[in-house]
Amino acid sequence: MIGLDNALIRFGSRTVIEELSFSVPVGRSLAILGPNGRGKTTALRAMLGFQPLDGGKRIAPAVVGYVPQAGSSNQRLRAVDVAVMGCAARIGLFGQPGPADLETARSALQRAGAARFAESFYDRLSGGERQLVLLARALATGSPALVLDEPAAALDLANQQRLLDLLDGLRQARDKAIVFTTHDPNHALAAADDALLLMSEGPALHGPVAETITPEHLERLYGVPMRLVELSSPGGAPHRAVLPAFAGARAA
Amino acid sequence: MTSDSTAAAETTTVRGLTRPVTIYGGLAALLLVSVLVSLCAGRFSVGPERALAILWQGVLHPGLVPSAIDERVVLLVRAPRVLLAAVAGAGLAVAGTGLQGVFRNPLVSPDILGISQGAAFGGALAITLGIWGLPLIGMVFLLGLVALVSVGFLARINGRTETVTVILAGLVVGSMFTALVSLLQFIADPESSLPAIVFWLMGSFSTATWQRVLIAAPGLLAGTALLWALRFRLNLLSLDEAEARSLGVRTERERWLVFAVVATIVGSQVAVSGIISWIGIVIPHAARLLVGHDHRVLLPSAVLLGAAFMVVIDTLARSASSAEIPLGVITALVGAPVFALLLRRHYRERKEQ
Repeated sequence: MIGLDNALIRFGSRTVIEELSFSVPVGRSLAILGPNGRGKTTALRAMLGFQPLDGGKRIAPAVVGYVPQAGSSNQRLRAVDVAVMGCAARIGLFGQPGPADLETARSALQRAGAARFAESFYDRLSGGERQLVLLARALATGSPALVLDEPAAALDLANQQRLLDLLDGLRQARDKAIVFTTHDPNHALAAADDALLLMSEGPALHGPVAETITPEHLERLYGVPMRLVELSSPGGAPHRAVLPAFAGARAA
Repeated sequence: MTSDSTAAAETTTVRGLTRPVTIYGGLAALLLVSVLVSLCAGRFSVGPERALAILWQGVLHPGLVPSAIDERVVLLVRAPRVLLAAVAGAGLAVAGTGLQGVFRNPLVSPDILGISQGAAFGGALAITLGIWGLPLIGMVFLLGLVALVSVGFLARINGRTETVTVILAGLVVGSMFTALVSLLQFIADPESSLPAIVFWLMGSFSTATWQRVLIAAPGLLAGTALLWALRFRLNLLSLDEAEARSLGVRTERERWLVFAVVATIVGSQVAVSGIISWIGIVIPHAARLLVGHDHRVLLPSAVLLGAAFMVVIDTLARSASSAEIPLGVITALVGAPVFALLLRRHYRERKEQ
């Protein structure tokens, strides 16, 4: 279970987040959407405990699996050495990762689809590959909560698809509470059960994706006209996609 | 296909394991050779076989007072000096490696952060006040820590420490303490305490005795051992603040633990051999180029390389000319150009990202 309870966050005199409450139980996945500067990242940091709250409470387990947008580390470490850092909380101050921890790291890399480059140096990997290694590190923590900061923002379409499939797979396993922020409502449609829309005016909107990711709500959220299209994939159930109608009715 | 990729993975694992081992072997050999050369070379040269025989005798009969001149030179003059240089070099290299990891910045080192200058002020103050022995080392250690803490507070802006602020804060604090040392020299008694301060500050192992080895070694060895115990933690502390905290690291507290260890190492070293700059920045870099950024392999390489480098520098300092060249001169001649190169490379890499 991870979330916020009646959270209030101010930067100076500006109130960024007010009366924000939501919680994600194990087995569900939440996408946080909102325009730039509306507090997506702040809400995420608050959940992780990096952003002090001016009011309200944070609901989170002791260790949260966190996948940053881009790893800060530019160090020459093997991917498996990065992933094994996920075991840090169990290892302790003077401890060293043992065979069991390495095993955890390798199976996390496997689950994140990063086993191929387990022995490669992290600083030689592409942005998309690094993110998979960071996801593996978050999985290696064994935390019941997984928090991802704009996981698909810097990726090309093929890598976006791969990552969303992976997130959807993690969601289908129903063993973690997953939260991610995103700009793109289609990411919410692809990999989330619920969505939290941080509206520029008024209270946030929280509910199942089918009810929240609608053209009306998204128009209110981004101030851009939206169209919802039904796509029929070959042999599969129809799935929905949202298109912004930039420059008037082109997408209609 | 599957068996192919497994085989490929295995060979890389094997290579990943053997490569550091080969490098350790090479570095250990380098250290042994430099120690042997240092024991033999000098105004009074001793053959390598004779030097080893004398050393062996000394180990077998530690209580025996050597009588022959070559025995006295090797056992009473050179052996403690070489040993002191080796542990000091190893300690400084490891301290620099630890600091660079914790600051996530390859350009910091104990002397760039003002620790050495603070420690020097502590020592000069003790000498001026007529304090010697253990209390002097205590003051050296304490003021080194004070300097480090000041830099830490100065450089932390909004909970973040940036490269530039750290280096500038180190410069500010270092200059402060350098000025205070100059002030002490200005008011010191030119007959007694002034020469003592000047000589002590120059950075030299020429005063090495077994007693000084006993004074410095515990702090240097304990500090090095502690950083070695923290090797996996240093990998974690090298991450971004938020990432490290999300993995369960109490970053602030653990960073201070590393700082205290570094101050112990630098304090112990400065107490017996004055300020020796540049080792703490050049050696970690050389080691990183050899083995990568994983502190679990990086620290041992830095220890071996630091010890060997210091022994070589000290041998040069005492045998290159008839008079002793101050160590700082040689380390700076080697270190400054290397630092300049690193600085350029560091910012070029930043731009490319």
